Amino acid sequence: MDDARQTAEGVARVAYGRLLARVAARTCDIAAAEDALADAFRRALETWPTSGVPQRPEAWLLTVARRAHGHVRRHAGVQAAAAATLAILQDTPPTDAFADARLKLLFVCAHPAIDVSMRTPLMLQTVLGFDAARIAGAFATTPAAMAQRLVRAKVKIRDARLRFEVPDAANLADRLEAVLAAIYAAYGAGWDDSLDTGLADEAIFLGRLVSKLAPDQAEALGLLSLMLYCEARRPARRRDGVYIPLAEQDVALWRRPMFLEAEALLRRAADFGVFGRFQTEAAIQSVHCQQGLTGSSPPDALVTLYELLAGHRPVLGVLVGRAAALSAAQGAAAGLQALDRVEGPEADSYQPYWALKGHLLAQCNRPGDARDAWTLAMGLADDPAVRAYLQARQDGLPGA
Amino acid sequence: MQYMLFLTETEAQFAERDDADAAPTYWGAWNAYIAAMSQAGVIVSGNGLHGPQTATTIRVRDGKREVQDGPYADTKEQLGGYFVIEAADLDAALEWASRAPSAAYASVEVRPVLPPPAA
Repeated sequence: MDDARQTAEGVARVAYGRLLARVAARTCDIAAAEDALADAFRRALETWPTSGVPQRPEAWLLTVARRAHGHVRRHAGVQAAAAATLAILQDTPPTDAFADARLKLLFVCAHPAIDVSMRTPLMLQTVLGFDAARIAGAFATTPAAMAQRLVRAKVKIRDARLRFEVPDAANLADRLEAVLAAIYAAYGAGWDDSLDTGLADEAIFLGRLVSKLAPDQAEALGLLSLMLYCEARRPARRRDGVYIPLAEQDVALWRRPMFLEAEALLRRAADFGVFGRFQTEAAIQSVHCQQGLTGSSPPDALVTLYELLAGHRPVLGVLVGRAAALSAAQGAAAGLQALDRVEGPEADSYQPYWALKGHLLAQCNRPGDARDAWTLAMGLADDPAVRAYLQARQDGLPGA
Repeated sequence: MQYMLFLTETEAQFAERDDADAAPTYWGAWNAYIAAMSQAGVIVSGNGLHGPQTATTIRVRDGKREVQDGPYADTKEQLGGYFVIEAADLDAALEWASRAPSAAYASVEVRPVLPPPAA
């Protein structure tokens, strides 16, 4: 029994997503496929202890799940169910390896007809086998609400029949961007530096999966590179619960192998000569790391990269990042000018905008205005360590 | 599989139908779109509709008829026509929907058609 359970658990850990993708791909009915697969695992635990663990447990599970899901393949002369299973296993050509349907599954999860906020949860459930409760925790919602929304999304996929295929060349770049954005959203979800890594490991797993399944896509490599750069620096971001900004981090704590892998991936991506958002963001991280490791970096590199990024994607985070880069290259006044151009109701509730503004105002010898900006930044921060850091800087301003 | 395309239009587009200057372009665009779908063999059924000012809405509550002049929702985009098309999947249906002349100014809702009830 132990052997059977261990094998089943091992397969579940390693191959759940792969199996689900194959079972679901034919009918696009993910919920029914999940049920069929769960059923197959249950049967495995019932029959393997007596009939022995099959030589190819994944194939066994796939066959049983497909049968339950309605793919009955009739073989002449097959009698009993047990004999049928064995015969099918022998018939399965060894080269029909588990051609990875997970890429199709990822594309369907990020299909334009799926609400943006549900793409990441769908991926986590279908490819990684997460239950609704665990996903809900990472997205600040209740398990019941998340479960309901996941059901609705899967019903939509089935009833409206979303195309369950890797998109054709004409649409691939756009559709892939949606997949990558959903994976990146997982990277940031549930992140709390002081507790655990949230979903960072899972996001990196998905990033590696896409890079493996779509090795000719520069942006996939770019996303993985970006996540690895950030992950490499994680150990240095806190010291005894205290927030340490990038410029003050102990680079000896950075995870060197991860950093080197990120660099290699970025180089490989660059070889394709295709511009992309994630490659550019990874390049920005590369420059930050260079600065930390060598003490210097080409002075305008960050500005150039942010200009590139802003031209493609002028969202708040990018514009504030650009202002920071401008201030580093051309002085605080230039940074403040750039921030002024970002003004507006959205910026008003964007914490990094106020944190940077306070920093630049302090550098321009405007402590009163800096104090006000940092007060706002603290009010908008949801991380107590960040609040404490800003408080300390505010306390350090002249003229309390 | 069959999908219904609910084609909405803006007030300005409805006005083009009878406008001497705009009408030829307006109808030309729709005729071209319908011809393309017809050529591809995807049309199951479809019709243009008279404008929302000709609509009447009726509700029956507690056995009483409540009749109202106008469409059921007072929105900027109003139903101007519909098509039921045959498509392999939603992606293919969206491809056709995106080519509707009104998609550039209003919106097209695409919904799968229920199979007929079992006999």
